Amino acid sequence: MSIPPSTPERKREITRLQELVYELRVRDAMTTRVITVTPQTTIAEFREVLRANRISGTPVVDEGRMVGIISIEDLIKALAAGQMNATVGEKMTPRPATLYDDEPLIHAVGKFSSLGYGRFPVINRQGDLVGILVQGDIVRALLHQLEVEYHEEEIRRYRASHIFEDILADQVTLRFRYQVPGGDFERAGEASSRLKKTLSRLGIHPRIVRRVAIAAYEAEMNIVIYTDGGELIAEVDPEKVYLQAVDDGPGIPDIQKAMEPGFSTAPEWVREMGFGAGMGLPNIQDCADEMRLESTVGVGTRLEVVIYLDSGGRPCGG
Amino acid sequence: MKLREVLQLTDGKVLTRNTDLDLEVKMGCGADLMSDVLAFTHEGTLLMSGLTNPQVVRTAEMAGIQAIVFVRGKIPPPETIALAEEKGIALLASKYTMFETCGRLYKAGLPSCGLFESSLKRWREFFGEE
Repeated sequence: MSIPPSTPERKREITRLQELVYELRVRDAMTTRVITVTPQTTIAEFREVLRANRISGTPVVDEGRMVGIISIEDLIKALAAGQMNATVGEKMTPRPATLYDDEPLIHAVGKFSSLGYGRFPVINRQGDLVGILVQGDIVRALLHQLEVEYHEEEIRRYRASHIFEDILADQVTLRFRYQVPGGDFERAGEASSRLKKTLSRLGIHPRIVRRVAIAAYEAEMNIVIYTDGGELIAEVDPEKVYLQAVDDGPGIPDIQKAMEPGFSTAPEWVREMGFGAGMGLPNIQDCADEMRLESTVGVGTRLEVVIYLDSGGRPCGG
Repeated sequence: MKLREVLQLTDGKVLTRNTDLDLEVKMGCGADLMSDVLAFTHEGTLLMSGLTNPQVVRTAEMAGIQAIVFVRGKIPPPETIALAEEKGIALLASKYTMFETCGRLYKAGLPSCGLFESSLKRWREFFGEE
């Protein structure tokens, strides 16, 4: 799928669509009622099949086995050559390219663009013809899935807001505070893990939870790696999650430099553990709707991240 | 792709107890940098990694990754396995390299995590094109 230049809103939708073509299978999109013809069918009869069913091609089946595929283009060629009494068997494309019903839809997208065919017969792993897929089916399946998810999301939001409705006040903010010990690599990540579980229990959308968790975890790792300890504080209200990562030293001398992807001052032992590659702060920024970083050398660092609950469930960096 | 097929394709072994081999993974990611795992995966990704410390499991938990394959015959320490069992994350082992493990799965139809906006942004900034 090509990506048109887009507004941020559009970008989110497209990213979700891109994900969906990986998640959905060919069988989720295909048409299962397959109209077929036999090799003995004449071109004149084939034309009638297309007209009556308002389709533009069919697989050719002989004694239960698929032997070819024939389309409206073959019909037009036969028509131009005045061969309306020829048989489908003579004009079809034998051994057509097929798709498996359990393949991810992205494979179908790839085959449509690389092979240029208008339709693919779909077979199961036993080789039986189980459906047919045209490009329009893919778009329809994606739109259908987006609609289903939209409804699920509505329900989730209702659940998320429920706790706020049950508590009687003009304004409710839930505040969760987690201590992060410095230098303790063994326990690093525990605070973010607990925060993630808590947000899930509140019924917040899993995609939002994932973004908060990733931002919190990167921030927690920074506290563990570079400081003597600090804390993570998450404040949740009906609109947003406001996350703070606070420590009291040693501070960041050059914040702009620290934000550059790939810039890192991490010691070797941290890098050996798969961290300290200079992607922590850029990752946090990708997950955040708003981010602010304040630091004074010798005093401490405060990172603030805001993630809105209605920010469309976009993935980090989406 | 089910974990059962992942095991067959990589001649792999299971490291965690109570592992659901019918668990479906949607796509794969090979990475040794934990920030890359966080930035370039989606929910339901299978992670291939050569890192075996407990932070790999923590990272997987944050990213919504339910299964990890350790490549190059690396066996994680007991604390990594214990944490994974506690978090319900499946750990598998492959004796093949990162490249071959990923290659075997990709060839069998497990897709990648696709393109990411952050990568495209860098690409456009440097090459000046879509």
